[in-house]
Formats: sequence, structure tokens, C-alpha cells
Amino acid sequence: MEEIIRVENLTHTYGEGTPFCRSAVQDMSLAIYRGEFLGIIGHTGSGKSTLIQHLNGLLKPTSGRILLGGEDIWADPKKIRDVRFRVGLVFQYPEYQLFEETVYRDIAFGPTNMCLSKDEIDRRVRESAHFAGLTDDLLEKSPFALSGGQKRRVAIAGVIAMEPEVLVLDEPSAGLDPQGREELLANIREFHRARGTTVVLVSHSMEEIAKNVDRIVVLSDSHVLMSGAPREVFARGDELMTAGLDVPQVTRIAMALRDKGIAIDPAVYTVDELSEELVALKRGGGKKC
Amino acid sequence: MLKDITLGQFFPGDTLAHKLDPRTKLLVTVLYVVALFTAKSFIAYGLLILTLIVAVRISRVGAKALFKGLKPVLFIIAFTALLNLFYTPGTELCHFWIFRITIEGVRAAITMMLRITLLIMGTFLLTYTTSPIRLTDGLESLLGPLKKIKVPVHELAMMMSIALRFIPTLIEETDKIMSAQKARGADFETGSLMQRAKALVPLLVPLFVSAFRRADELATAMECRCYHGDEGRTKLNVLHYQTRDYLVLGYYAVLVAAVIALR
Repeated sequence: MEEIIRVENLTHTYGEGTPFCRSAVQDMSLAIYRGEFLGIIGHTGSGKSTLIQHLNGLLKPTSGRILLGGEDIWADPKKIRDVRFRVGLVFQYPEYQLFEETVYRDIAFGPTNMCLSKDEIDRRVRESAHFAGLTDDLLEKSPFALSGGQKRRVAIAGVIAMEPEVLVLDEPSAGLDPQGREELLANIREFHRARGTTVVLVSHSMEEIAKNVDRIVVLSDSHVLMSGAPREVFARGDELMTAGLDVPQVTRIAMALRDKGIAIDPAVYTVDELSEELVALKRGGGKKC
Repeated sequence: MLKDITLGQFFPGDTLAHKLDPRTKLLVTVLYVVALFTAKSFIAYGLLILTLIVAVRISRVGAKALFKGLKPVLFIIAFTALLNLFYTPGTELCHFWIFRITIEGVRAAITMMLRITLLIMGTFLLTYTTSPIRLTDGLESLLGPLKKIKVPVHELAMMMSIALRFIPTLIEETDKIMSAQKARGADFETGSLMQRAKALVPLLVPLFVSAFRRADELATAMECRCYHGDEGRTKLNVLHYQTRDYLVLGYYAVLVAAVIALR
């Protein structure tokens, strides 16, 4: 697969030269492939947020490089704005960044900064509103009159409207109710499927990651702890738990069953997989290992 | 970048200047300013400069930090000095083109410069050695008598401490919103003055919205903890004058008296 973003030996130190200096990211290397749905997971303070702010050049590496399509994004600091259009970043609690008088104009803020034609902006606003699950009648309302979940959708649409090559979402479902979470993630999955845009989902919920992504990168203490397909990562459940991370509930059940001596694949992470395994076991006469 | 802004700069320390009662420091600063504006003779100024130097030495605040505080007002100092230099009538010293310099003008320029410099350094010393919380405590206690004429002193002090408390929070918030808008291609750094002012709208609107939201939340939280204003409220740290406070106050009283006597 073709690499779209490559992070090379990235280190970022906050407050360098002061007594408060601390490295949030240390010698981190990873690749993001074109068209994939990548999950980045790590506990609070593991460097997730710092890492993703490097991907679109909001933070400058203390050392190391970020390559976008093979080119160092800081090769020409004047062009960093173009990088931000190519790598769309949705912050945590993005609803607090809304400022325009109408939803339509707020979504159009990004495309307008790209100096696109009026028709193109209109097309993008309507399309991204659709992807974010916003109905047309909301477009003329004030963003401040919407509910929390709708505001967040507006903010996400505002980034999608720039039609970035990579969409990075930092905890997009934080603070939403279970139904809202599920709907929002379904919208994002649908967007990924329809557009083929590379999506990076940052979260600390294993369930959420397990359900959605093709590949997982696990961060712990400013380093990459492991990366691979969900199946490979969850098979190392014990390591995840020592790193202070959770494993999906289903994996935990499978691990507990295994501890009881039942031969079950420890890497199952969805309810369907687990039930299939269990049914197979039952048919096979419940052999013990 | 915004984190570099320092407001109400306070250098923690354990010197006599830090340990003095905040009320003493406030009173002393007022006395110093009074002395500064009544001083006429050069001996009086000498006394005032000496006092400041001793105070700075005691507080162990670096001279560098003090001069840094002067930077933003350098222009005002230079401007006042120039105006005084050229526009004070009196015995002519020399003149060229339309400018006349008089002996009185030179004197006025020097004293004005000294006054402003000492004034700023003296007040900076107060904020450098007193934490914002102690400062508001002191202010509240000093202004206490005004409660008799229905001035809401406690409420004003509370507003001041809340405002100070939220400066770092708002700076952090500004940073966050700025990053979010930059991620959508906002440009805060280039363009004409008009363009830059316009670019601030996407920053200021969310900032105000969140400031109001925070204010609402804080008010609710305070009411939940039964905050009901001044009536019957006690303090965790009650201020007490000590011998050193009386000594310092006494010194400044003598200083003011001396400066007035020297007129």
C-alpha cells in the first residue's frame, strides 16, 4: 500500500529551556497508508494529541520529520497552510470553535480560505453536511441554536468540506450519549467508504476503535507500543493492560475463558466472532486444551 | 506563543519584601507615589532613589526584570521628557530653529523622567513580590471601611481574584481555538491591518461564547457551595500586622515627611 504520511523519529518537547520542559512525543516513527481507516489509541498523556497536531503542521517537530506524500511538510514553511488543507484535523470538542452566523457559513469557512469558487463552495458545504448527518434545514440556522451533538457535526462538516486527503479526528465521540456516538461513527464510516479518504481516528475507547478501524497504532508514554490489525493487537491483551489500556469487553471474555482452560482464539473482538467461536466449540464437544 | 504573556507577574520568594503584609505594601506604595509627586529638590529625589534601590535589593528581584517592565512605557517617558524640554518657559539656555531650550525645561524633563521611571519601578516591585491572591486580600481589607457607604468591596475583590484566576485558562482556550481555526486555514499572521482584524472574528466569537459559558458554570458552582457574598463570610488566612510592618510603615511616613520638609 502507498504511504500517504510518514512520521520519522518525531520528538516534541514542550517548554524547551525552561524548568517545565517535558517531551510529549519521543522518537516516534509510524506510517499512514492511503485509503486506510487507522485507529490511534493511548491513555491520557500518551502523546496522541501532540502527535496529530504535527500531522498538519500546527506544531513544529523539535526533531524528526513529517512526510506528506513523500515530501517534508516543513520544507517550505510558507506552504504550511496548504498542508492544513490536505490533512484535515478535527480537534477534541470541536463544537467550541463555531463562530459564524449560520451553519452554512461556518462550514464554508475552510473552503473560503482555500479561495474556491462560489459554486464549488456551495457543493462542498452541502455534501459535507450530508456526510456529517446534517439535514438541509439546519444550514440556515445559527450554530449556537443547535444541540451539542449537532454542533459537533457542524464542526466535523467544516473540516470535511476542505476535502482533505487525510481526515484526522481527535476523540470525535467524547461526551456524546451511546446512540449519538454510534450514529456519528456510522457517518464517519460511511464517509470513508464513499470517498475513500484516509481516516485517522484517535480515541481511548477500545470498543470504538475495535469496531471501526482496519489498523491500530497503540501509543504509550510518548512511544509507539505496537501497531497492526485489530486482531493482532488484541491478541496481545496482557501487554495492553500493563500499558494501562483496556481491551474490548469481548476480548476480555475470551481471555477469561482461555484462562479457564477453554480453547478459544484470544484475538476475537466482536460479539459475532465470539458467538461463532462459542458455537463451534459447543459443536466440537467443548474440548479442553 | 501566547503562553509567553505574563500578567500580574509575581516572582515567588522568601524575602522581607515578600513576607510583608500586603496591606503594608499597598500603603507603602501609595506613600511612595505621594512622596514622588511632592518631591522638588534633588536631595528628595536622591532619598527616593535610594529607598527604591534598597527595596529592590531586599526583594532580590533582578534589575533586569524591573527594566523589562519599563520597556512598554519608554515611548511615553521619552515623549513627556521632550515636551517638557521644549515647552517650559523660562531662562533661555540655547535655541535653534523654532525650538528653545530653557534651564527650567531641562530641570522639568529630568524630574518628569525620574518620576515616571520611579513610579513604574515602585509599583512593579509591589506586583513582583505579592501574589495576586494576597494583593486582592490586602485591597479588600484596606478598602473595608468603604463598606459603610455601601461600596461592594468584597464583591469587587472577588471579581478581581476570579478575573486573575481565569487569565491562564483563557490564554489556553485562545491557543486551542486558534489551532482549530488554523486547521481550517485561518491566517492570523499575514495580511493588512484590516485583514488581520477581520481574521480575529473566528477567534473572538468562540472565546466570548466560552467565557460566558464558564461564567455561568462558575456561578452555579459557587451557589452550590452556598456562596452568598460578604455577609458572615470568614477567611482562611486572616491578615495580621507585625512589627516589621509597623517599622516599614514608619520609615515611609518619615520619608514622606522629609520630602515635604525639603520642598
